[in-house]
Amino acid sequence: MLKLIVRRLPALVFVLFCVITLTFFLIRLAPGGPFDRERKIPPAIEAQLLAKYELDGPLWSQFTGYLADVARGDLRLSTKYRNRSVNEILAQTLPVTFALGGIAFLIATVGGIWLGTFAAVRRDTAADRIAMGAALLGLSIPMFVIGPLLVLVFGLWLKWLPVGGWGSPAQLILPAITLALPFAAVIARLMRTSLLEVLNQDFVRTARAKGLPDRTIVYKHALRVAILPVVTYLGPLAAHLLTGSIVVETVFNIPGAGGFFVHSILNRDGFLLGGVVIVYCALLIVFNLLVDASYALLDRRIRVDA
Amino acid sequence: MLEPGSAARILRRPTAKVCLGILIVVAAAAAVGPELFPESYREPGPLQYSPPTWQHPFGTDLNGRDVLYRVLLGARISLVVGLAGAAVSLFLGTAYGLIAGYAGGKVDNLMMRLVDIMYSVPRLIFILIFINAFDGHLRDFASRMDWPWLVSYSRIVILVITLGLIEWLTMARIVRGQVLALKERPFVQAARVLGQSHTKIILRHLLPNILPIVIVYLTLTVPAVILDESFLSFLGLGIQPPQASWGSLLAEGAQSINPLKIYWWLLLFPAATMSATLLALNYLGDRLRDTLDPRR
Repeated sequence: MLKLIVRRLPALVFVLFCVITLTFFLIRLAPGGPFDRERKIPPAIEAQLLAKYELDGPLWSQFTGYLADVARGDLRLSTKYRNRSVNEILAQTLPVTFALGGIAFLIATVGGIWLGTFAAVRRDTAADRIAMGAALLGLSIPMFVIGPLLVLVFGLWLKWLPVGGWGSPAQLILPAITLALPFAAVIARLMRTSLLEVLNQDFVRTARAKGLPDRTIVYKHALRVAILPVVTYLGPLAAHLLTGSIVVETVFNIPGAGGFFVHSILNRDGFLLGGVVIVYCALLIVFNLLVDASYALLDRRIRVDA
Repeated sequence: MLEPGSAARILRRPTAKVCLGILIVVAAAAAVGPELFPESYREPGPLQYSPPTWQHPFGTDLNGRDVLYRVLLGARISLVVGLAGAAVSLFLGTAYGLIAGYAGGKVDNLMMRLVDIMYSVPRLIFILIFINAFDGHLRDFASRMDWPWLVSYSRIVILVITLGLIEWLTMARIVRGQVLALKERPFVQAARVLGQSHTKIILRHLLPNILPIVIVYLTLTVPAVILDESFLSFLGLGIQPPQASWGSLLAEGAQSINPLKIYWWLLLFPAATMSATLLALNYLGDRLRDTLDPRR
């Protein structure tokens, strides 16, 4: 485990460096600056503003200065939300995004694995076809369709659940389901395919010949191996959940980081944008490392540090 | 490999017929439908927020525009972006996978590691930044070159290119896997022994053999690109008014759902059209893939 982390570290730092560089320069390429308003501000004031946000001087020295600050953990000040630091904004909004993403992650994995197993053990029955049809439906309907439809049905017509906002557990249900549904569908399909393959292997036949009950075979022996493709998908899943949370936060009016992300692009708020992207990517990188490390625990045949 | 008869066999299933029917209807309606509307339907009218009637089967929106007309126009943009973006991803993914698989060894390792990394990065987020960074420049360039079509469609062009740029990863992986297996086969070995150039081996011997699976994954890439585009447009960062895609129509629909006023038709009809199209594409792609890889 430690060996794996040490081996991967240079690549991880490199990826993060690329991410920071890309974001920094891309937002600079965009037409319009962070201080463009309807009324042109006097050049003297603009120069002062640029100096305050360390956006003056040659581009290269701006970039190295920014890198040094980021390395120290200072994501600088937002140019739009004056006098609020990016660290402060992220500290307020990220917990919201992570709570939503975390619950959706649980729903997607548990629900997906369950549905996939359910379908695989009932291969080629009506139950299997219905389950897989539902999965196909789940992955074809976009989140921004499911979300408003759920709001319409459960929020406005039946009035069972709140239509949006943040704070109470009831307000979490619809957004978490909306975010999780497409990915639960993907996992269910992965799980079914993989489990069917495993159920044809020799060790399963041995277990059957031994007279083990079906439940034990599936849940104690086959599932352990069949779950590996799902584990491989967890890395991309985390990335998709973070992307998806932007839409779900918009639909349900949730004060997470997603809204700030969208506005930071429109406002050319480079440091806020950079902060969101850096934190997202850093988290995903760490998460992927954990996923890789967990292979070894699930399947002793795989040596990750080799 | 895909046998000639297998596509026909798939189409004999009733579900597949329905799916193909949906695609044909949507594509045909998007292609010619908007032209059939009388002039008065194309402009904002006096009838605001009319629920579905015989005159306006999908109702009208805030500006009194016919929703059916807008859904069909949106279908045009969404389908074109989906097809063109998938084509871009097809070229990129196939080329990348061919090179990685054929080169093998260290090159292959490095190239595939890069794909792994890109898989775990939130790619759409970079696309968002990318589009907003380059759209203005492309439009400036187009107006300097005096290409009026590119001025009005610059955003679509950039969307197509960038979405193609992020959706090629799966294609690259599949192609590479196929090439790894193919290049050990006797006919490729023979070509090598005969001293044929690498380019010739790749184009003449490998490419034709991976074509079927590439085409199958193309059918699955189209809905993926449509989904990506509508995601961006939903956030207001993709297609910009006055143009509309399914994503931007859905954004309007989602806003018109609140406790004070429920204009459900603004949401339901674009949602149903888009979902049916994506479902049909995914279903047909799945069935085609099953015939190539019966284990799935």
